[in-house]
Amino acid sequence: MSGGVLRNSTEEVPVVQKGDSVLSVQDLRTVFHTQDGLVHAVNGISFTLAPGELLGVVGESGSGKSVSMMSLLKLLPMPPAEIVEGSVHFGGRDLLQLSDAELRQLRGGDIGFIFQDPMTSLNPVFNIGFQIMEPLRIHMGMNKKQAADRAVELLELVGIPSARQRLRDFPHQFSGGMRQRVMIAIALACDPKVLIADEPTTALDVTVQAQIIELVKGLRQKLGMAIVWITHDLGVVAGIADKVAVMYGGQIVEYSDVASIYSDPRHPYTQALLRTLPTQEGGRTGRLVSIPGQAPNLNAPPAACSFAPRCEHVGPKCWAANPPLFDIHGQHSSACWLESEGGTA
Amino acid sequence: MSAEVINKEDGSRAPAGEKSKAATILKVSDLKIHFPIHKGLFRKRVGEVKAVNGVSFEIKQGETLGLVGESGCGKSTTGRAVLRLYDPTAGEVIFEDRDIAALSAEEMRATRPRMQMIFQDPQACLNPRMTVGSIIAEPLVEHTSLSGQQRREKVMELLEAVGLNADYVNRYPHEFSGGQRQRIGIARALALDPDFIVCDEPIAALDVSIQAQVVNLLEDLQRERGLTYLFISHDLSMVRHIADRVAVMYLGKIVELSTVEKLFDDPKHPYTQALLSAVPVANPEIEASRERVILTGDVPNPSNPPEGCVFCTRCPVAVKKCFTVPPVWRELNPDQFVACHLVE
Ligand SMILES: Nc1ncnc2c1ncn2[C@@H]1O[C@H](COP(=O)(O)OP(=O)(O)OP(=O)(O)O)[C@@H](O)[C@H]1O
Ligand SMILES: Nc1ncnc2c1ncn2[C@@H]1O[C@H](COP(=O)(O)OP(=O)(O)OP(=O)(O)O)[C@@H](O)[C@H]1O
Ligand SMILES: [Mg+2]
Ligand SMILES: [Mg+2]
Repeated sequence: MSGGVLRNSTEEVPVVQKGDSVLSVQDLRTVFHTQDGLVHAVNGISFTLAPGELLGVVGESGSGKSVSMMSLLKLLPMPPAEIVEGSVHFGGRDLLQLSDAELRQLRGGDIGFIFQDPMTSLNPVFNIGFQIMEPLRIHMGMNKKQAADRAVELLELVGIPSARQRLRDFPHQFSGGMRQRVMIAIALACDPKVLIADEPTTALDVTVQAQIIELVKGLRQKLGMAIVWITHDLGVVAGIADKVAVMYGGQIVEYSDVASIYSDPRHPYTQALLRTLPTQEGGRTGRLVSIPGQAPNLNAPPAACSFAPRCEHVGPKCWAANPPLFDIHGQHSSACWLESEGGTA
Repeated sequence: MSAEVINKEDGSRAPAGEKSKAATILKVSDLKIHFPIHKGLFRKRVGEVKAVNGVSFEIKQGETLGLVGESGCGKSTTGRAVLRLYDPTAGEVIFEDRDIAALSAEEMRATRPRMQMIFQDPQACLNPRMTVGSIIAEPLVEHTSLSGQQRREKVMELLEAVGLNADYVNRYPHEFSGGQRQRIGIARALALDPDFIVCDEPIAALDVSIQAQVVNLLEDLQRERGLTYLFISHDLSMVRHIADRVAVMYLGKIVELSTVEKLFDDPKHPYTQALLSAVPVANPEIEASRERVILTGDVPNPSNPPEGCVFCTRCPVAVKKCFTVPPVWRELNPDQFVACHLVE
């Protein structure tokens, strides 16, 4: 991998005005219709993203990270999924109101998406060369030769050896981490303005991960690409994020600049999550710490704090109503009654 | 190390340190897995991907061997070959004194339940048309004589053990999140109470709290029933926690193998050193000020590995000899093996 940025040309760096946002999500709610009734997977999510900004999204497994991001571009099969409320503003339009044809134009073009599960999103019957070249031909109007050259360039950028030779290989001939890097290459192919990356480095060793992170840093600086990066790796978040959203039970329960999440975590779930980190130093530790209790059942919209059954600070307010996000200072907010006026739960 | 091993016969606890005296359960010698490359209309064979190219290691009963290394270096292929999901191109896999490759189909069927795999890609083992309950119960139907009621109880027990809500038993795989699907794969692998499990990135899709829960479960099983693990992972802090010894792989070969203490405190191979230096730390201040070691140089191709040391094209300290002569695999100290010309 040669580092650097995707294109060497002298394309203009977008002029970023303070307060501008490329993506603005308001009160997004998504449910699934199942045999056993509704599953309330996303329960009112709002956030904005400035050009070049990187929002790290962390949170419990099953808390709605993937479903909320897939809802933005209507990437979920509907039914069973239904987006019951919300708006997603991008380039002056509400994506949730667009037709399928208009959305297809955006997906893989202005908005790149890296799926959590590369094996389900790469098509097993097409070779990977075709799968990278297809969006280049559709969105960038390249001919076959141009698209092939660019595909090789992209695969080299994500560190796939002998890239040209491998264009004709099928997904099953790649290792887990190589498939993930093919997904990254596809998502980056058309220089998107917004990249949504759902656990893009889980199958990568730390040195290749570091290379991908450098690549992404370059793209942010040079192209002003804005990024949502979902991950369970709190070390990765510490290194790349500007802002962090912590999710629990289909909601953002804490939102903050990256430094405060680690130095001053406010939501009891965030605090508990940080306590579960295994220590890097020293020898073999005893039992690892996990958060006692079970993830919330999502069969009803939250009427109380969804973390209450597992929370060590729980009080009467927590059972009575679902706490909104309370401002703590500047960019930091927490959905916990401890932050409400009076400071009691 | 506070770990204890269980003596399988009488269930008594052996003190720490006894693991090294336990019996060898798995012995892999000079294993090679080469995938043919075909080209053209007549699918002519034009070469091979040397995914695993001469790998040897042993695992003792009740031990956890960590396997780490660069993406694409052959870890999953090694794990699959150990379970005979691939036939070796060369070399041997001995499980409890028997060569796996030489077993008949019937013998293999009898051995299967004792050796399980948690797949890196949970999709690979989850039939989309079966409910989670029947996916986990399937091996029980095939290999045990449990009644329907006993099977249901066992499934509920397994779901709870991996932190999944038992209400979900009738859901289909696509109705779960990525991390929930991975846990279904773990529950299924544990269903038959195996003796040996290849864990291929078992916790990569899980949040830290669930990771802790799953790793604690694996350790409890090891303590109670003497389970043996080959634990493939990119998460070095978790490997440090769970493994007794660690093998580091690069381009189809093991370049270093040590006890977990020696590997992390005193890594010998330049690739191991680069790997350890790149672990991200959950602290924004440290992350902002650190210099990442970015490996430069050509990424070698497993169908055409370098002539000398496999790492020579990217090694920051390589000398002339490294490009022409493959380093020998040697024991530096007891339980500390390395293949590098430059290590004294
Ligand atoms: N098709 C579906 N039908 C019913 N429920 C679903 C469906 N898809 C997802 N869910 C549920 O919605 C919730 C949110 O899932 P999502 O995939 O967004 O979680 P996540 O935060 O990405 O978790 P992970 O970290 O494990 O990937 C989960 O509890 C999941 O079980
Ligand atoms: N069925 C196959 N046909 C051809 N080549 C293959 C096949 N399976 C794997 N390979 C190649 O073998 C090499 C090793 O793959 P393997 O999946 O073992 O890597 P890995 O160490 O598990 O990597 P990761 O950490 O990314 O999962 C890769 O170069 C891969 O492209
Ligand atoms: Mg997810
Ligand atoms: Mg693998």
